[in-house]
Amino acid sequence: MRAAPAAAPGGTTMGIEAGAALEAQALVRRFGATRALDGLSFTVARGQLFGLVGADGAGKTTAIRALAGLITLDAGRALVLGRNPAQGGAAVRESLGLMPQQASLYPDLSVGENLRFFARLYCLPRALFRERSARLLEITRLGPFLDRRADALSGGMYKKLALACALLHRPEVLLLDEPTNGVDPVSRRELWALLYEFVHDGMTVLLSTPYMDEAERCHHVGLIHHGRLLLDGEPRALLANLDDETYEVEGGEREQVDERLASLAEVHAASPAGSTLRIAVARGSAGTVGAALKPLAASLRPVVPNFEDLFLARVRQEAA
Amino acid sequence: MSKLSIEAVHLSRRFGSFLAVDDVSFSVARGEIFGYLGANGAGKSTTIRMLCGLLAPTAGQARVAGFDVKSEPESVKASIGYMSQKFSLYLDLPVRANIEFFGGAYGLSGPDFAARADEVLRLCDLAQERNAITGSLPGGIRQRLALGCAILHRPAVLFLDEPTAGVDPVSRRHFWRFIRRLAREGTTIFVTTHYLDEAEYCGRIGLMVDGRLVALDTPAALKKRYVPDQVLAVRGRNLAEAAASLRGRPGITAVEPFGAGLHLQVVAEDWNADSVAHALTSAGAQAVEVESGEPTLEDVFLAVVARPREARAL
Repeated sequence: MRAAPAAAPGGTTMGIEAGAALEAQALVRRFGATRALDGLSFTVARGQLFGLVGADGAGKTTAIRALAGLITLDAGRALVLGRNPAQGGAAVRESLGLMPQQASLYPDLSVGENLRFFARLYCLPRALFRERSARLLEITRLGPFLDRRADALSGGMYKKLALACALLHRPEVLLLDEPTNGVDPVSRRELWALLYEFVHDGMTVLLSTPYMDEAERCHHVGLIHHGRLLLDGEPRALLANLDDETYEVEGGEREQVDERLASLAEVHAASPAGSTLRIAVARGSAGTVGAALKPLAASLRPVVPNFEDLFLARVRQEAA
Repeated sequence: MSKLSIEAVHLSRRFGSFLAVDDVSFSVARGEIFGYLGANGAGKSTTIRMLCGLLAPTAGQARVAGFDVKSEPESVKASIGYMSQKFSLYLDLPVRANIEFFGGAYGLSGPDFAARADEVLRLCDLAQERNAITGSLPGGIRQRLALGCAILHRPAVLFLDEPTAGVDPVSRRHFWRFIRRLAREGTTIFVTTHYLDEAEYCGRIGLMVDGRLVALDTPAALKKRYVPDQVLAVRGRNLAEAAASLRGRPGITAVEPFGAGLHLQVVAEDWNADSVAHALTSAGAQAVEVESGEPTLEDVFLAVVARPREARAL
C-alpha cells in the first residue's frame, strides 16, 4: 500500500505542488502531553473529494482546524491554495468554506435568519442569495422549518443548516468536519448528491467522517490514526490491497457466534451486515475460523471487502 | 409488573400548529431492544421526551415501567435511564466525579453506591480513565461514560437517543455488545439511530414518517414486506449515468446509490446479475461487478421514508 507522502526536509525543497488545493506538511500539534497531530502529511488536488477517516481522537478535527488556520502548529505547515490560512487574510477566507463539528450557528436566530446572516457576512448579492438559499432549503428539506430557531432543530437538521450556511458563498475549497453525523439516511444521500454536484463544478472538498460507506464515495481517502496518516489512496486501490479475506457468517445464534469470533486471533474485524456478521480474517485462515464456528452451526461465505472491513482490520493491526 | 415495559396509546404532541407526534400506538416488552427510526424531524425525540415524563402529551397516553407518564412523571423518571445525542456530562470534572454527580442526582449514596460506581466504571471499561478530566477524552469514551451515568440506578427502561452519533465503528461495536448484554439481563432498550446496520440488533423496529408510526415489525419482516424483490449490489466505474438509464425500465423497482456502488431491486423473473451487468456496460459503465445481496434496513428505510415523500412531491 502506498504510504503517506513524506514532507520534504525543512525549507529546502518544500515546493507548492502545482494545482494542490490543500496541503498538510508534517503537521505537529500538541495538547499537553497528547500529540494530536504527529507529522501528518497529505495533499488534496484541486477538484478532489478527499475523505479523512479515523477513530475518535485520531486527529481529524485538529487537522481540519489547522487547514482552516484556526490553531497554531508546533511544527509543519498547512497551505490552502498555496497560502498560509492563518495569515492569508481575506483572500483565503473568501475561497474557504468551513463547517465545524461543534455549534457554528446563532442559536437564537431562525433557519432563515441564519442563512441571511451568513449571506451578508460573505456580501452575497440579494438575487444570488435568494436563488441559492431556495435551492439549499429544497435540498436540505429545511423549507418547512424556515422560522424555527436553530436551537430548536434536531441534530441532523442543525447539521444541514450549518452545511447550507457554509455553501452559500460557493467557496473554492470546502472543509467539512463530520458533516453527516446525526443526519438521517435519506438526507445523507441528498447531501452527497449535492457535494458531487459542487465537486463536478470544480469545488475541492475535504471532509471527515465516521461513516465508512462514505469513505468509499470519496475520490481519495486518508486513514488517520494517532495524528499520522496510516493509509492514503483511492478507495478501490486501498481495498484491492487489503491483506485480509472477508466473509459473511451464515447461521448460528448471533450472541454465541459473536463471543466465539471475539476469541479467535485470526479474526481481525467483525461488523454487523444485515442480520448476519461480516468478518475480516488473516489470509489463509478461513479453514481454522470455519472449523471453530462449525459446532455453532455457522459457516462462512466469501464476500467482496468494503471499507469498514479495511478500517477495522488496519486499526486493529496498529493496536497489536 | 406487567410484561410490557412501554405502552403508548394514541399518543400525540402538538407544538402550535405543528403536529410533531400524531396518534402513535405501540408497546415494548421487558428486555426487548426496540428501534425507533425515522428522518430528522420525524418526531423521534419528541416521543422519547413524552415517554420519559419530560413533556406532557397533547392527546393519548403512555405507561412506562408501569407508571403513567402524565400523572406519575416522577415515578417514570426514577425508573428510566436516558442518554441523548448530546451526552450531558460535566466536561471540567474527572470521570469519577461525573459518576458521583449523577448518582447523587438519582439519590444514591453510601457504601452501596460506591460499590455500584466501581461496578459501572468496570462494566463500561472506564476504570483506567476514572481520574481523567472528561473533556480531555475522545468521543467514544465520553459516550461510555454517559451510558454509565444513565444506568447507575439500574433503570428498568433505558432510552438511547442517537447514542452512537459520531462514534467510530470500533467504539460502536463495543457499545452495542454492552447494550445487548443489558437487554439479556432484563433492561428494556428504546433506541433511535441513523446507523441502520446497528438497527439490525433491534428485536423490532418502528418507522416514523412526519409524526406518524407507519411501520412496526421485526427487521426480517420489514425487509420481506418493503423489499420484496431481488437485491443486486453493483460496483464499477461510471455507474451513475448508466444507472439513470435503468430507472423506470420494466422489472427494475429501485436504483439507489450505496457507498461507492449501487443497490438495485429487480423482479427476479425479468433480471439477473448477468443481464444487469450487460445493461449497465452497454450504457457506458466499466468494470461492472454484480452480486446478489441481502436486503438491508437501509433499503427498507428508503422504501418507507423516501419514496412516499417523492410520491407526495409529484
